[in-house]
Amino acid sequence: MADQLAIGSRRGLKPALPLLLPAYLWLTVAIFLPLSAMVFFSFMTDLPLAGKEWSFTLGNYAAFFSQSLYSTLLFASLRLGLEVTLWCVVIGYPAAYVLAKVLKGRSREAIFLLVILPFWSNGLVRIFSWAMVLREGGILDTALNAVLPFKINIDLMYSYPAVIIGLVHSYVPYMVLTCYLTLQAIDDSLIEAGRSLGASRRQVLWRVIIPLSMPGLIAGSALIFVPVVGSFMEPRILGGRTGTFYGTVIEDQFVAVFNWPLGAALSFILLAVVLIILALAAPVLRRAG
Amino acid sequence: MAGVQVANVSRSFGAHKALDNVSIDFADGGFYALLGPSGSGKTTLLRQIAGFDFPDAGRIAIGGESVERVPVEKRRIGMVFQNYALFPNMSVADNVAFGLSVRGEPKATIATEVQRALDLVQLGKLGGRKPHQLSGGQRQRVALARAIVTKPRVLLLDEPLGALDKALRVDMQIELKRIQREIGITTIFVTHDQEEALTMSDRIGILRDGRLVQEGPPEEIYDRPQSEFAATFLGDANIFRGDATGSGIKLPDGTTIAASTGASVPAGAKASCAVRPERIRISTGAAKPDPANANMLTGQVSKRIFAGNNSTYFVDRDGQTLKVIVQNTGAERLAEGQPVVLSWSPDSTVLIAAA
Repeated sequence: MADQLAIGSRRGLKPALPLLLPAYLWLTVAIFLPLSAMVFFSFMTDLPLAGKEWSFTLGNYAAFFSQSLYSTLLFASLRLGLEVTLWCVVIGYPAAYVLAKVLKGRSREAIFLLVILPFWSNGLVRIFSWAMVLREGGILDTALNAVLPFKINIDLMYSYPAVIIGLVHSYVPYMVLTCYLTLQAIDDSLIEAGRSLGASRRQVLWRVIIPLSMPGLIAGSALIFVPVVGSFMEPRILGGRTGTFYGTVIEDQFVAVFNWPLGAALSFILLAVVLIILALAAPVLRRAG
Repeated sequence: MAGVQVANVSRSFGAHKALDNVSIDFADGGFYALLGPSGSGKTTLLRQIAGFDFPDAGRIAIGGESVERVPVEKRRIGMVFQNYALFPNMSVADNVAFGLSVRGEPKATIATEVQRALDLVQLGKLGGRKPHQLSGGQRQRVALARAIVTKPRVLLLDEPLGALDKALRVDMQIELKRIQREIGITTIFVTHDQEEALTMSDRIGILRDGRLVQEGPPEEIYDRPQSEFAATFLGDANIFRGDATGSGIKLPDGTTIAASTGASVPAGAKASCAVRPERIRISTGAAKPDPANANMLTGQVSKRIFAGNNSTYFVDRDGQTLKVIVQNTGAERLAEGQPVVLSWSPDSTVLIAAA
């Protein structure tokens, strides 16, 4: 990698241009232009459609600070992001460990497939299948009542736990995959060396394996935290009335209220907050990694 | 510190017998080499002693205490791995401190012990570096310091010098030997390099296909190999096969070879003789009849390889190629194709019973 970079810099950028151009052209057209338009919208009083009057304003950004609802919802979304990320670590890391260090050959392939399977099904279908499972008289409720001798009432639908369950299910594969990659790169002899020095399996885990797999944990957490904070589909469908989060409010501005300028402004505030959080966390995480 | 007893240890992986009834006694404070080709079971044996794997049958004792079912972390061993296995996320000092720290030793004790161990391997000033900032030889030393700082009962080394280049390897051999003498720890060393085994160890165990072929001091194994395998694996040997006569063997063409060392094989049984290439004299004319030249053969030089301080002659004789090593004394060198006489003493000939 370093060698290739060195060669590239010696020859200059020119020979690399035909290789870079398609990607950058695509990024410019597909992301940069629409995003710039959104930045532009976020400073407008109204959409310049159908000859409506509009002017520049900072009012959309001011709205975030003047109405406590938005910051309350942003905090709720950040908390949701943290909780979902935490659950993904708790559920995904052990699975990644078993995949990387315990299983071999065909059984590893089979389990791997099961982890990746959610990626291959439609997101909306996944969420609605959770709705079938979680609602009263749904699959979980029926199954538990069929087994248990006493009557219990399981109705998780339209609740905070339902949102968490749906989001964790959607995002846990990212954690499994990133952690799997770093765990697999850890030489087994390091684990053996730790144990030969008198460390128990638990001590080896905390002092050797977890620190060495930190890059995977961090990458996985970033991959999960950022989209979960802005998520709207799972909160809307599985959360119902309790599922109002920052992401659903932004979605409302675009699809229900048609206040695109406010929606755009709220999006960029979210982007800024997430970037600030990642920047603040970076030095701590770098030390841990 | 303690000796290690391995008694009748067997271990199979599926149908493959990695260790087949192996017994070795490693005396306290000794330096042992386990020597064998790859797949001979030497690493498996080391891993049984370390406790990474448990034997199917047999007994392993460290310091008289049975440990064959004790997990690694409770065996109080020190191990140096082939790839050193230093923790890449820790500094050199933290690597060395690891074993003391998991034991919960006080910080001050750890600091002094770590410094002492690093001084012993002559890396006293590099405690703050990360492993990737060290050379191969330095990493090797850190791995050694880390393994001995906990004062283990046994030091196990799994081909520790395999990844080093030749010059560094020789340095490390001397260094390793010095450190081992200094702390007097029982050391078991796995290698496939026969020269390393010969120069470093007090005793060598040769393994083949999961069995212990021969065990003893290097000189004894070199001078009196008990099998063709031991003779050819540890050093070079010319092997003659024939029928035992009581004082040597008779080759199929009727030539007799006298042997005064090695096994006693009843006359008439199949047997072989091993002769080291450096024990054979090579000359252009018949040598004077002399007890030291009692064994004599004629042949033809097929190839000569010059190696500076010595030359190796390959001599064809009756369909067999014999190897002769001659010191470079300035005498006339023999040309390829030249007829020669080979002679050696019965004292240099080891009689081996057929397997």
